Amino acid sequence: MKKIAFSTTGQTLGAELDPRFGRSIHFLIYDLELESTQLLDNQQSRNAAQGAGIQAAEIIVRAGADTLVTGHCGPKAFRVLDAAGIAVYNCAAPTVGEALIALRSGSLSPASSADVEGHW
Amino acid sequence: MVAKTHGRAARIAIASGKGGTGKTTVSLNLAAMFGAPVQLADCDVEEPNLNLFLRCEQLTSTPVTMLIPEVDANRCTGCGACGELCQFRGIVSLGTRALVFPELCHGCGGCIRVCPSGAISENPHQIGTISVGQSRTIRLVEGRLEVGVSSVSPVIRAVHQQLRDDMPAILDAPPGTSCPVTATLLGADYVLLVTDPTPFGLHDLKLAVATARTLNLPCGVVINRAGEDQVGLYQYCQAEALPVLLSLPDDRQIAEITSRGDLVAHVLPEYGLMFTELADKLQQEVLKVAGGRA
Amino acid sequence: MKKDHIRELVVLSGKGGTGKTSISASFAVLAGKAVLTDCDVDAADLHLLLRPEVEQRHAFFSGNEAVIRQQDCTGCGTCLDICRFKAINTTGASYQVDPVACEGCGVCVRFCPASAIDFPKRNCGEWMVSTTRCGPMVHAHLGIAAENSGKLVSTVREQAWCIAVDKRIPLIISDGPPGIGCPVIASMSGVSLALVVTEPTVSGLHDLQRVLALARHFSVPAAVCVNKWDINPGQTERIEAAARSAGAEVTGRIRYDRSVTQAQHQQKAVVELTTAAADDIRLVWKQTAAML
Repeated sequence: MKKIAFSTTGQTLGAELDPRFGRSIHFLIYDLELESTQLLDNQQSRNAAQGAGIQAAEIIVRAGADTLVTGHCGPKAFRVLDAAGIAVYNCAAPTVGEALIALRSGSLSPASSADVEGHW
Repeated sequence: MVAKTHGRAARIAIASGKGGTGKTTVSLNLAAMFGAPVQLADCDVEEPNLNLFLRCEQLTSTPVTMLIPEVDANRCTGCGACGELCQFRGIVSLGTRALVFPELCHGCGGCIRVCPSGAISENPHQIGTISVGQSRTIRLVEGRLEVGVSSVSPVIRAVHQQLRDDMPAILDAPPGTSCPVTATLLGADYVLLVTDPTPFGLHDLKLAVATARTLNLPCGVVINRAGEDQVGLYQYCQAEALPVLLSLPDDRQIAEITSRGDLVAHVLPEYGLMFTELADKLQQEVLKVAGGRA
Repeated sequence: MKKDHIRELVVLSGKGGTGKTSISASFAVLAGKAVLTDCDVDAADLHLLLRPEVEQRHAFFSGNEAVIRQQDCTGCGTCLDICRFKAINTTGASYQVDPVACEGCGVCVRFCPASAIDFPKRNCGEWMVSTTRCGPMVHAHLGIAAENSGKLVSTVREQAWCIAVDKRIPLIISDGPPGIGCPVIASMSGVSLALVVTEPTVSGLHDLQRVLALARHFSVPAAVCVNKWDINPGQTERIEAAARSAGAEVTGRIRYDRSVTQAQHQQKAVVELTTAAADDIRLVWKQTAAML
């Protein structure tokens, strides 16, 4: 685990963890070694008529993240993330910071499949 | 534009700007009183429910398929050309390999064409089912979309293909004005629009008329729950040269009989007569149109 | 206002025409102040009752469509050969794209040897921000033959949320789309409560079960009310039992009443008239609001 992506409505570690993955507002990438953050916009996926989850997953893959923490992840996005070797953690913590603490404390376990049904 | 196949029996679409106007009631009763064997096509493939009323004893089903790409992992170089071309996220390239999402694929064949290493082939993938059954004089052709599939129009086109040319057909369209409706109307010769004399009914009728006219299709109107016309529905129809082929009274019995899953034309003879007359008028209308075009 | 304090109610129905819009408009009146949305973008009718004054209009684009530049087209016929949607028409030596049949796949654009095909964004309708006697309203209409994706619905809801936060209005009431397809999912994901308005018919029961299954998938609490319940009391009871066993709460019955149409004629919500159905709707609102 080196680079962790969080879905968020805000821009900092104190911001709300966005329960949506595909139509999340932003992704905050936290680098564990450098202890630095990077903010990625998800506007392009949000604008997609369909396949927002797939597009969001591509953004995470391209950002070089190896871990994703989000509220819920659908089956299509999960397939892309899984194929790219990214571990997915579902988390109900209210903020990104609290989700990071939960992840580091080992209280989250990686998802083995999507936890919500896909849209159609 | 609708290509008229010479010698094919008439196809009449039943449509409305929105649901709940009595489209299904009109389709079913018209089919029952057609006076001759007729086909009834359920083109509301996301919610087909005509068979809840017809209760065909036996349905013969055939799958509807679409060609979907398949990637040969050994030949894929991960160049990304396929993912870049695809507008629908049906194929996604991850730099090392490509993933296919059949439920989003429109079957355009672009990825096969653009792949420089010939790694992509096409295979049929089920997107829906066509079921054919018989209930008295009615041959039911029902389309049903697989859950999770986004390509509605190919299933509707498959319903059209299952229709026989030697028997007239009534096409029960989905509600609305979006692409599943146009896919249904593209297979029709005439559109029968069902509305009621309410502000919602008139507003939605105007949308439906605009849709039919975009496709150059002639239309007529059935006014359901006809009572006092406070919105000027008849005036609108007259001004737009839309013939009113049937006015069904605002009779609570219709709602009650339909709610039980029965056909009002079977239960109440006076309604049977009204739908027989509707069938006659429709035949004249369709002949007029065919004559006008010949 | 913090987002956590905003509640969002969406009014749904399996099929259209069950009285969803009449009930939504009545709720808008009874709530006193709410942000209203019409998410039935395919056949929007809420504006006929709430008479919004439009303040802003925005074009809505979704996907792309192919357009052949006639001056650059060499008439080679490649597009006609490769289009899988029969969207290329020919008149003599000239080629055009049929915008109704074009699915916007872009294959002809990519492979035209003369690069003579443009691929502009497709205008699929518009969305509006308005004011009504019950509060601000966000509504939209989809163009004819446009693809009814959930994207326009999502746009409408996002705008409603912005207004709610901005103007400190703690409630959003949405008139939802019919059916169970993509627009319905877009209208219900993440809402506080979905109220399903159904009628006591065979198809009503069938459609209700599909909508409730969808609500469960998305972990949205659901309530059910039966409109015109007295046309078939037996079926009403079956529907209510089915609703309860699917985990939904039953928040009332509304009787068959012609005044619902009268209200439409007067461009009013049913509860703005003195009638039996208005009393029923008030009770449904009380029960439903208690769940928010």
